[in-house]
Amino acid sequence: MLPVALASSTKLIGLVMHSVKEYIALMELHREVPRERVEEVLRKFVGKIYQRPPLRSSVKRTLRVREVYEIEILEMEGRHVLFRVRCQSGTYIRKICHDAGLILGVEAHMRELRRIATAHFREEHAVRLQEVSEALYIWRELGDESFLRKILFPAEVIVAYLPKVVVKDGAVDAIAHGAQLAVPGIARLHEGIAKGDLVAIFTLKGELVALGRAQMSSEEIMSSERGIAVAPTRVFMEPGRYPRMWRRKKQGEKS
Amino acid sequence: MSQDPTKKGLEFLEWLDRFGGVKRRWLVKSDEPTDPKYGCVPSERPIDEAIRKGMLVIDKPPGPTSHEVVAWIKRMFNVEKAGHGGTLEPSSL
Repeated sequence: MLPVALASSTKLIGLVMHSVKEYIALMELHREVPRERVEEVLRKFVGKIYQRPPLRSSVKRTLRVREVYEIEILEMEGRHVLFRVRCQSGTYIRKICHDAGLILGVEAHMRELRRIATAHFREEHAVRLQEVSEALYIWRELGDESFLRKILFPAEVIVAYLPKVVVKDGAVDAIAHGAQLAVPGIARLHEGIAKGDLVAIFTLKGELVALGRAQMSSEEIMSSERGIAVAPTRVFMEPGRYPRMWRRKKQGEKS
Repeated sequence: MSQDPTKKGLEFLEWLDRFGGVKRRWLVKSDEPTDPKYGCVPSERPIDEAIRKGMLVIDKPPGPTSHEVVAWIKRMFNVEKAGHGGTLEPSSL
């Protein structure tokens, strides 16, 4: 299960790279151990754990802390243990298997691993490369785009987990040019936004305009008439989509 | 395509909330409609734009690395760049 962003969406995909991951793993014990004992040991890995990335890894091999949220044994047969684990990005499941083997005193290794979720993207959203290739063929050669539409998600889904602020048409182009979002430009917003939170700025049509840091809480925005509400950190929408309702300062004009 | 773009836009935003597991309530600051002349609801983008502003969730086969899969996708769609949201491991094992 791998989320892949195309062209303009690429700049957003980094957001899910460091998010929660969920895997199904197959661990092979080197000798048989009763299920209760394996369960007991795997439970020890839930919470904050120390991990040194394994030899074959792409990061610096220094001891680091990773959080495991859930571990559940799905099936056990002989020396094979099939389990599901939900953890912080950068947790090595291979290492968990190895370490569990050490604690059990029988040694163990990871046989297979499959990622079933990255952030809010789950296995059920996934399509095979073959399906992608067929959808592209049907579109290019037969002129039918319906299959392609079925497998493509709009880039907006990448930021779907974020609190949202929706702006009026008249404020869109200024933000697309990198301007800060002021209170009068806001049409609606999620409750519970705190100052400093990362928020996604949308148009009333649901198009992503930019990501930004909230400069006010939801309550402050609701009770204010002016002031900067969100400072954009990354602009997604291209300028010129919406009418320009703002003025460039004339030369020599003071702000 | 028909109907009110504001209604469609807000429905799309609610769908996004469900997709992202967001359970926050919406607060209305100013009940303003959107002009159908500009922009477009993301689910109704013309196909070329739907590709350029799109993403896929790939059921990755165990052999190739995430980077290889991204390189194939890039070539298949004929886009200048693509990126993945997996981990930085060289292989899944």
